[in-house]
Amino acid sequence: MSNLVYLVPLFPLIGFLINGLLRKSLSKSLTGIIGSGVILASFVVSLLIFFEVRKEGFTPVIVNLFDFIHVGNLSIPFAFQVDQLSVVFLLIITGVGFLIHVYSTAYMHEEEGQHFARYFSYLNLFVFSMLLLVLGANYIIMFIGWEGVGLCSYLLIGYWFKNIDYGNAAKKAFIMNRIGDLGFLIAVFWMVSQFGSVSFSQVFAKAPNTSTAVLTGITLLLFVGATGKSAQIPLYTWLPDAMAGPTPVSALIHAATMVTAGIYMIARSNILYSLSPVTQTVVAITGLATAALAATIAIKQNDIKKVLAYSTVSQLGYMFLGLGVGAYTGAVFHVMTHAFFKALLFLGAGSVIHAIHNEQDIRKMGGLKKYLPVTHITFLLACFAIAGIPPFSGFFSKDEILAAAYEKNHIYYIVGVAVALLTAFYMFRLYAMTFQGKFRGTTEQEHHLHESPSAITIPLIILAILSVIAGFVGIPEVFMKDSHALGNFLAPVFAGSVSVKPIDTTADTQLELTLMAISVAVAAIGMIYAWARFSKKPELGEAHGFGKILANKWYVDELYDTIIVRPLNGLAKFLNNVVEKSIIDWMVNGVGKAVQYGSRQIRLLQSGQVGGYVLLMVISIVILFIVELFLKKG
Amino acid sequence: MNTTQLLFWFLSIVALFSAIMVVVSKNPVHSVLWLIIVFFTISGHYILLNAQFLAIVNLIVYAGAIMVLFLFVIMLMNLNADTEPQKNKWLKIAGVIGGGALLLVLVAALKDADLKNQIAQTGQGEIGLIHNLGIALFNDYVIPFEISSVLFLSAMVGAVVIGKKE
Amino acid sequence: MPINYYIFLAVALFCIGVAGVLTRRNAIIIFMCIELMLNAVNLLLVAFSKMHHLALQATNPNAGIDGQLFVFFIMVVAAAEVSVGLAIIAMMYRNTHSVDVNFLNRLKH
Repeated sequence: MSNLVYLVPLFPLIGFLINGLLRKSLSKSLTGIIGSGVILASFVVSLLIFFEVRKEGFTPVIVNLFDFIHVGNLSIPFAFQVDQLSVVFLLIITGVGFLIHVYSTAYMHEEEGQHFARYFSYLNLFVFSMLLLVLGANYIIMFIGWEGVGLCSYLLIGYWFKNIDYGNAAKKAFIMNRIGDLGFLIAVFWMVSQFGSVSFSQVFAKAPNTSTAVLTGITLLLFVGATGKSAQIPLYTWLPDAMAGPTPVSALIHAATMVTAGIYMIARSNILYSLSPVTQTVVAITGLATAALAATIAIKQNDIKKVLAYSTVSQLGYMFLGLGVGAYTGAVFHVMTHAFFKALLFLGAGSVIHAIHNEQDIRKMGGLKKYLPVTHITFLLACFAIAGIPPFSGFFSKDEILAAAYEKNHIYYIVGVAVALLTAFYMFRLYAMTFQGKFRGTTEQEHHLHESPSAITIPLIILAILSVIAGFVGIPEVFMKDSHALGNFLAPVFAGSVSVKPIDTTADTQLELTLMAISVAVAAIGMIYAWARFSKKPELGEAHGFGKILANKWYVDELYDTIIVRPLNGLAKFLNNVVEKSIIDWMVNGVGKAVQYGSRQIRLLQSGQVGGYVLLMVISIVILFIVELFLKKG
Repeated sequence: MNTTQLLFWFLSIVALFSAIMVVVSKNPVHSVLWLIIVFFTISGHYILLNAQFLAIVNLIVYAGAIMVLFLFVIMLMNLNADTEPQKNKWLKIAGVIGGGALLLVLVAALKDADLKNQIAQTGQGEIGLIHNLGIALFNDYVIPFEISSVLFLSAMVGAVVIGKKE
Repeated sequence: MPINYYIFLAVALFCIGVAGVLTRRNAIIIFMCIELMLNAVNLLLVAFSKMHHLALQATNPNAGIDGQLFVFFIMVVAAAEVSVGLAIIAMMYRNTHSVDVNFLNRLKH
């Protein structure tokens, strides 16, 4: 079955082509069926591949499709690699993607026919690119997918292109991605010159024999690419602005899949990172700082989607922290659980927005639990998961990362727990202000409040179930032996790293249980406090004092504007006015003017005076004689 | 110096002086007269070289017919010194320099020529005699001869056509 | 006479003719200078013919006769040319009442 892996990206590609080319003629229901159906087909194939990979004694399979680049000694085939890591991501992408496609058929139903089809074609193209990214057997195929998801992110954020602010947000996302991509590309070029190949198998085989400095450089550059794609410091400011896109897009791209591309890339290159301790420290600290920064901003945001956006940035920081301390399985585990509960949160937010007719400010919500029961329960379950309350999924994955962080450096753990506190706090603030208390909107809106249709609620329910039980694939060793199913499943992928840096399995059980208890307690405190306070007294006014700084996102966007955007604009203006107009235009026009001047002068020769002509003739003959008789001889 | 050389030098100097006077004279009629003297000296050179036929033909055709024609035209147009248009001074100097440069170049080119010491036979030689010229003309060059008559015809017709009053 | 002398004489006459063409503005005088140039060439041709005759007399009694015949034809052509040329000048005079060659720049218009 695994040699049919090419079907997995092929189905969404076909969906993209059909919905894209026939968008003016297909009916909305047909578009929805094609768009979602192809993802379901991919999911089924992924599931079959998963069963094959699960068997004993499975070795990674590389499926070569065709020779993509062949230059001299460098050969880059268009090949897919099927192993445990890629199949986990395949299931997440196609599974959650399918649910979101179904959700979109109801959420976007107000759109006109061809725009509806355009939406689905973009969404399918996105899934195709993401699948290329995780299936690629070398860095170039991964990069094709990498660029493709960036492009689709731009297309989908700017979906409502008539609004210029949305267009600007899309541009911002794409450009910041691109900056990161430069780092990625330079790393790939370095790999080509160092290893002579970009295929995973060859690079990872040669890595242990390479100097640490080279590996540190390559991994740092790859990480720069990851900061752009996965919204870490300093390239994270595009993600909150990306909320301009439709909510299902935010759910799919900016919660469950695209932003996890960076995590996937580093997890795939785990051997390179394990051999570069400096880069690992950089990754861990960057992740931690981002997690903290984003959490502080989230506690003062009033737009329901912006809170979730900063929450995503913060959780991604956790995942990078996990990668940075060597807990690769933990990071991938958190990717999985985060995909479930964050997608659920976004889809739930979309359901709320849909019900209140596109109001997104939580200060104008409240008391929605009696009008939107299903949305309310699923949203609440997701909040428990993200806060890290056992036995929900978030607890297991977050705890695994925190435990590994503690092993590395106690400070990582302390900051991580503080962020967990903030996470619980802002999530339950969001929950309380939205669903608890009294409804604070207009009476007009109140009359129209009703639960969303089943195309919306059924994906919510499925994701809620997953958010609850997904944690049990990763029960820590402490509770029972050999219980971490995910860890055992992914072990072959990370075996290289383990051989370089053996994990200390003789951890103190007592210590581990204590750490777990501390993080649970902290999360519970944040949750209860926020729930109680914001149900009674929602924060309605504008922020002031220190809260104002947080509400204004620490003025980072303004900082970037001053330091980077304005000088660049100034430079561009300078180049346009001085270099382009004065120098280059002057040269080009100068050539024209010189030719005109020359021809004017030469025209004077044609005076019509016969005497002048004869004089010229005689002089030319004299010159010819001189040249012929005297100069040629010598 | 023997007679031949004396005659050569005398004829040459007169020729050169007259040529310069042709160019320099203000009055066109004077230029014509000086040109006739040039032709006489050149005929003198021909006789020196024993090209008798050519000497006589030169006199008859050039000095006799062509120069008379020139004189007629000048008289017809009533040209005399004061109606002579003058060229710009710089152009005159340029012209003289042009001619002078040509002279210098040709002299420099030819002064080292291999045939430096060949002699042009003076005073003797059968080939200049009309008898031999006639034989060569009508045997080897009869076609150019016939065609030159056609040339004359066309020149006559052309002159008449061009000169006709409307 | 060494041929050099004839060469220099002919060249000098020719260059005087050239200077005359360049210097004068009267069309008729220019024409006369052209005749002067032709005559210089004639002289040189005759001199060369005698030179060849002297050199090759033994083998071919008629060596060098071509030079003089060519001079003959040059005269023929000169005569024809003068007749047509003067007709043109007469015509020019009739139109512009002047024989100034500078007035020929009307061809430019």
